Amino acid sequence: MPTDTAPVGTDTRPATVATSRSARRARRPIPNPLAGAVLVLFAVFFVLPVIWLMLAATKTDDQLVHDSPLSFGSWEALRANWDALTGYQGGAILLWLRNSAVYSFVALVITLCVAIPAGYALAVTEFRGRRTLLVATLVVMLMPNATLVVPLFLEVNAVHLIGSMWSVILPYSFYPFGVYLAYIYFSTALPRELLDAAKLDGCSEFAAFRHVALPLAAPVVALVGFFSFVANWTNYFLPYVLLPGSDQFPVQVGLGTLLDNVPQFNPTAGALAVQRPEVALATLVAITPVLLVFLFSQRFLVAGLLAGATKD
Amino acid sequence: MTTAAGATRRRRSGRAGHAFVAGYLVLLVAFGIVPTVYAIYFAFTDAGGAFAGLSNFGVAAADFRFLPAIGHVALYLVFWLAGLVVFVVGLALLLHRPGMRGVGRTLRFLYYLPGALAGAASVMVWLFVLDPVVSPVGFLLRAAGFETFGQVIAPGNLPVLFAMIAFWTGAGGWIVVMHGALNTISPDILEAARIDGAGAWQTARRIQIPLLRKWIVYMVILAFAGGTQLFVEPQLLSQASVGVAGRDYSPNQLSYDFAFQNDNVNTAAAISVELLVVGLVVAAVFVVRSGFFDAD
Repeated sequence: MPTDTAPVGTDTRPATVATSRSARRARRPIPNPLAGAVLVLFAVFFVLPVIWLMLAATKTDDQLVHDSPLSFGSWEALRANWDALTGYQGGAILLWLRNSAVYSFVALVITLCVAIPAGYALAVTEFRGRRTLLVATLVVMLMPNATLVVPLFLEVNAVHLIGSMWSVILPYSFYPFGVYLAYIYFSTALPRELLDAAKLDGCSEFAAFRHVALPLAAPVVALVGFFSFVANWTNYFLPYVLLPGSDQFPVQVGLGTLLDNVPQFNPTAGALAVQRPEVALATLVAITPVLLVFLFSQRFLVAGLLAGATKD
Repeated sequence: MTTAAGATRRRRSGRAGHAFVAGYLVLLVAFGIVPTVYAIYFAFTDAGGAFAGLSNFGVAAADFRFLPAIGHVALYLVFWLAGLVVFVVGLALLLHRPGMRGVGRTLRFLYYLPGALAGAASVMVWLFVLDPVVSPVGFLLRAAGFETFGQVIAPGNLPVLFAMIAFWTGAGGWIVVMHGALNTISPDILEAARIDGAGAWQTARRIQIPLLRKWIVYMVILAFAGGTQLFVEPQLLSQASVGVAGRDYSPNQLSYDFAFQNDNVNTAAAISVELLVVGLVVAAVFVVRSGFFDAD
């Protein structure tokens, strides 16, 4: 959880600080009630659906329709929804979660093994084609990856890898934004003198990377890891196109499958009917890993975003 | 001596450099360059592999769903980008006002929270929020004259709704970025403006917003490029809409449909190439105009 959980409108600073600042504060504009109202309104807009989602998972479908939207259902209903959800197609949701975890983590590991050395080399070594590679990285990074989904399908189909989990993991592993982040980090935050000293002491290029640069690169490794994990976990289009079987779906695509079986959304839903609170619970379960990573890395994430790079 | 040592070192560094980028290069070629080349190849050939000129592009453009799909996405982008610029900049400025420190941090976190629900999850949440029967804001929907889910997601409302979903998941991150950019503005400048009698509005308009310009351009270009790729939102909505929304709302859906429903990969590739060109032009504009990559 965030360290700062002060309710809206309270000043968390100790009184002593406030008095010493009172002189300066007198010149400040008085808090504008309109500005406050706008900020609170947007806070409601951003948070209300999340709260609703958490509560919806604790209700029966009947309660969802008839009870107040922001009421808590019951633990029994939550339990029943969980049982129904995990019972769907013999635990498909757990399989999808496992798939998501495997795809995201394997891709994450490959991304880190590939992107960090590449960013390092682009930043501190000279080699032929370096500039070209850098420009190509920038261009590909700015190109939304969804453009290449259908061509990727054609490519993967041509080499007969459709249906293999690598058809999703390997494209996930290609993460030019991570290379760019590592490049920026190594070119701005790594003192060259340190590398030169290491090499004078007889370190090879690899040893200098391994023993000098890498230990200093923890922040950028964490940052690239975070972005890559979230991007892979939340990707829908690529696995939707490339994976043929339900037992291979990641949870994002699985949510779409569940949606197809909700009678209120799809009247042709058959015997496998899924209730809406189960879908709400499934969504909640699907976002939990991202949410956890999110909460734990909040502080340094913000610092990383401020370092000057983000991507939708 | 220096030259010889320098040359050896450069050569050594060159070899090591290649070794360090080798893995990335393989992925770049396999999942960046080859699919691009492959898409271009398919876009300019027919089903038999013979050169087809621009005919695939012609087929795509002549398809009755093509222009509407472009129109849908264009309209969506107008709402999405306008909303993003106005509200992100506005909220960042409000959160940056003096005396907002602790509260500001909490609010920034709350605004950022829906970012964890990117992808299909955000659409699932909004399917419920937009259904007057179960929505937490059902009273607002009913007050606006919407009684059923179908009325809310009528095709005319979709650009606004998709923009709202995108804003809900994406705006928080940008607010954090803008806040950071505002933090880099020297307090002296703001103090000077205050002494000269500038109010909050004047300061924002004449000092803060001009200094944010580069970041706003960055945001708009990335949001534009992302927005042209609309897929998961209309796809899931079409599944849930009981036929109100079609499966051919966006160019990406159309490309998918050509490839997998019509078995016409050449036309699908032509649409991908068109989206690719738009993406590349946007990237080029960005690289040239913004000066973001001046580091090298």
